Amino acid sequence: MRKLLTAEQVEAALDRLWEAVAGELPSETPIAVVGIRTRGHTLAERIVRRLREERPDMSVESGVLDITFYRDDLSRRRGAPLVRATEIDFDLDDVWLLLVDDVLQTGRSVRAALDALHDFGRPKVIRLAVLIDRGGRELPISADFVGRKVEVSSGELVRVRLLENDDEEGVFITEKQDR
Amino acid sequence: MTKKASSSRKSRTASEAAEPDEPFVWTRKDLLGLDDLSAGEIVHILDTAAGFEEVSTRSIKKVPALRGKVVGLMFFEPSTRTRMSFELAAGRMSADTILFQSAGSSVSKGETTLDTIRNVEAMGVDIFVVRHDQSGAPHMLARNVRAGIVNAGDGRHEHPTQALLDMYTIRQRLGRIEGLKVAVVGDIAHSRVARSNILGLRKLGAEVVVVGPPTLVPSAIAPMGCEIANSLDDVLGEVDVVNMLRIQFERFGTSMFPSLREYHKLFGMDSRRLRRCKKDVLVMHPGPINRGVELTSDVADGPNSCILQQVANGLAIRMAVLYLVSQGSQ
Repeated sequence: MRKLLTAEQVEAALDRLWEAVAGELPSETPIAVVGIRTRGHTLAERIVRRLREERPDMSVESGVLDITFYRDDLSRRRGAPLVRATEIDFDLDDVWLLLVDDVLQTGRSVRAALDALHDFGRPKVIRLAVLIDRGGRELPISADFVGRKVEVSSGELVRVRLLENDDEEGVFITEKQDR
Repeated sequence: MTKKASSSRKSRTASEAAEPDEPFVWTRKDLLGLDDLSAGEIVHILDTAAGFEEVSTRSIKKVPALRGKVVGLMFFEPSTRTRMSFELAAGRMSADTILFQSAGSSVSKGETTLDTIRNVEAMGVDIFVVRHDQSGAPHMLARNVRAGIVNAGDGRHEHPTQALLDMYTIRQRLGRIEGLKVAVVGDIAHSRVARSNILGLRKLGAEVVVVGPPTLVPSAIAPMGCEIANSLDDVLGEVDVVNMLRIQFERFGTSMFPSLREYHKLFGMDSRRLRRCKKDVLVMHPGPINRGVELTSDVADGPNSCILQQVANGLAIRMAVLYLVSQGSQ
């Protein structure tokens, strides 16, 4: 496992992500920020905290999405990943929704998340924010807001580690294991 | 069945630390009984069910986890609520279901259980949910078919999903299972619910005391790790949960005790007995209730009762079990 980004660089990437998001926030439409479990959720919480600090006048709802049921590789994996609850206890209809994930690669998680969101309502707009875009798309999906683009080879796995989940902060690269 | 020793204690907190370092991986294609499972696997099912509970609160109560799969509900013995619960659970996961009930079927034409299952399997079934009056029937089927088998009650042997939903409800209401004392009251001798509960609760670190008349509480149950009591009044003050089993008088009449009235007098839960229990004691019943026999109505419908919560949780447990076995391969 080698370090790709230090804690400071993660902070800088998050700042860049926040600046990009802040520039596009709508003034009239209610805002919802939904993170994909696990680290997308953590990043979403950080964005929401910042939103509430810097734009205290805006109404913001936040939620967390577990996309396990919606994965297209569910029946192709060995064993069952643990399913945890999706928590979206507000109406998604007609909101400006920011979907947050840590790493964007194939686009399949985002596709699954879009399907899952569809079961909760019909947002007016969905925008995608990711901390890291590492390339390697398999679906026609792109992020609207990116913290940092990185170049890695397809055999490598990009892992974001965040203080809230991992007791350390940084982005790491490991050789892809067969999972 | 291979016992998985590797998945024991560590995954007790699976809900928090499932990834990325040591993800717990469920590998079984069958759920035959709690006897086969490690504590870690039981906790994994309960944690998975917690993830599914939310699905039933959505306006669109459906997720695509089992889309394109077929679940065969094979009821060689009559059942209403377990069947409905499994049927709805499969539907909420987008599976197709087909139902077999032995009454009026090919079984009455002399077909064996295995032949029946193999014929239905040939239609492309992925998971069978099996209820059978013969103990061990699901195990025999699991050895002989490719599809996954979920035991929905076999003879006097096990009823794993009932015990799982009981444990889930206990954990939900009391916050834990380890260290609790649970009384299982009634017909222990003929009860698969009792056996699965004893096995599961012991594995998760609860104490179990079985209570009933000597005719219904065989002393041979003690090696399963439970105390035996023949007086309900003696144990009331010390237990956290009272699970009142159903008296199956449609099967045994009252041959096991003098009368229903006497049974109720000695082993029924009423408000007088409830007052002698701990204040937040949990009163459970697997249903259907014989009102006035195992429980009086004021207890069954009172604040200590969690009978309807058990039914609701049964759905989440069965969704979790179907999801897990659909992902397993061993």
